[in-house]
Amino acid sequence: MTQYLLSVWHDRDATPEDIYPSEQERQEAYAATGAFNEELRASGAWVFAGGLHPVNTATVVDGTGTEPVTTDGPFSESKEQIGGFWVVEAPDLDAALDLAARGSKACGGKVEVRPFQSE
Amino acid sequence: MTDRTGDAPGRDTPEGARSGAAVVERVYRAEFGKVVASLAGRFGDLDLAEDMAQEAFVEAVRRWPTEGVPPNPGGWLTVVARNRALDRLRRESTRQARHQEAEMLSAPEDPRAPVTSVADERLRLLFTCCHPALAPEARVALTLRLVGGLTVPEVAAAFLVPERTMAQRITRAKRKIAAANIPYRVPRDHELPGRLRGVLAVVYLVFTEGHLPGSGDHGIRDDLCAEAIRLGRLLRDLMPDEPEVTGLLALMLLTDARRAARVDTDGVLVTLDAQDRSLWDRELIVEGHELVRECLRRNRPGHYQLLAAVNAVHTDAATSADTDWRQVLALYDRMDAVSPTPVVALNRAVALAEVEGPEAALAVVDVLPLDGYHPFHATRADLLRRLGRGAEAATAYDRALELATNPAERAFLTRRRSEVG
Repeated sequence: MTQYLLSVWHDRDATPEDIYPSEQERQEAYAATGAFNEELRASGAWVFAGGLHPVNTATVVDGTGTEPVTTDGPFSESKEQIGGFWVVEAPDLDAALDLAARGSKACGGKVEVRPFQSE
Repeated sequence: MTDRTGDAPGRDTPEGARSGAAVVERVYRAEFGKVVASLAGRFGDLDLAEDMAQEAFVEAVRRWPTEGVPPNPGGWLTVVARNRALDRLRRESTRQARHQEAEMLSAPEDPRAPVTSVADERLRLLFTCCHPALAPEARVALTLRLVGGLTVPEVAAAFLVPERTMAQRITRAKRKIAAANIPYRVPRDHELPGRLRGVLAVVYLVFTEGHLPGSGDHGIRDDLCAEAIRLGRLLRDLMPDEPEVTGLLALMLLTDARRAARVDTDGVLVTLDAQDRSLWDRELIVEGHELVRECLRRNRPGHYQLLAAVNAVHTDAATSADTDWRQVLALYDRMDAVSPTPVVALNRAVALAEVEGPEAALAVVDVLPLDGYHPFHATRADLLRRLGRGAEAATAYDRALELATNPAERAFLTRRRSEVG
């Protein structure tokens, strides 16, 4: 078994209205994501999951110097930012990709699949 | 490949040693993929499988010239490679106290484990090398190296990249397979069609890169064509019931059959209508036609089968004038239904020009969104030339020449360009 991070990516500047054009679509996506989460729990693939507030709520801390330095985030200037994630356990990458495809469909965002180091 | 045995190590050594070294060279190509597949199946570690297969061949180079070639060279290599792999894992497990591996190695073979044949192992290896999670260029490199048994310098030379770059590309791909836990198996039924398309695409990419290299000084790269056909034959041996596998092999054979006639002595591409058909390889044509008939009997048409059928029509005609263009057009109509892409529409238009004339074809071609694709401009140029619209044809040839990179094709386009003024 390998654990994978399934991260959901959105355009940094996208508002909730950009991602979900109507309230009904937003509700449907939330419901579908909730149902998918329940499936993950039932199948034993679930490790952890969560949705994040927009990137303008992020703070960066650099503790590598003598005094920690705190700045307004996000850390990455990239146009695409993480909006949420799942940590799942799967027998192999194909199984993880299968979960990612279903998660992506449920929440309406593209999903990156990345393996955790095992040791 | 037999034409490479002249480069085998030990050319100037006595007869026995020479044949030993020549045999190793030949066996390397034929058996490397099998040895890697067998070890990967057993240990689930491609890196280890490749390294130990390589070591087994080094051992063969050392021993066969003096001890003679064993009766079953592939079996000998597999046993040597497997023993070396076990030695290495035992050493590592002692050093790093990796109990799990040590236990796995000392445990007797599980009698309930599914029996897998050598063919299964090679198929698993092929599907792993062509996994969609790998970058396309990595899929091609891994397939040629691990399944095809080309050496890293050979793969690098095939794609005209520095050896170091190719070695890194292969290493990174193997690392991703291990870290991301890309499974080592033939995809399940519901995934198979999509995944098989990916494998076929890799093989066809190797072939087209040989047939019409986009870079380098050669009009045709015989070695890559031969390698792709070898992979195509292997795939057909492994999956004889998949019509698209048969279709791809037929397509490659019927295309390769015309190789001797495709480029003239000045290195200029010769178009189909002007080729000396006596130079075509009859044996390949007969084999290709037989495969196309097999596809027709199955009646599950797909993209490669239809392309093969088009090539069967061309190679069936004694002269260019005898070509059954209506049949070609009908085949492109079916292809358009299977894979409706602008490139298919462009090729269909070429057949349409022969059936209904260049004007009808030009009307179709003009609206295709293929501005960055040199065959689009070359086709347009030819249609305009045939319609006597010289100035427009010249402009289209210029645009095709801006985009075309193959030297034989460029030579042909340059000649045509000079003819229209």
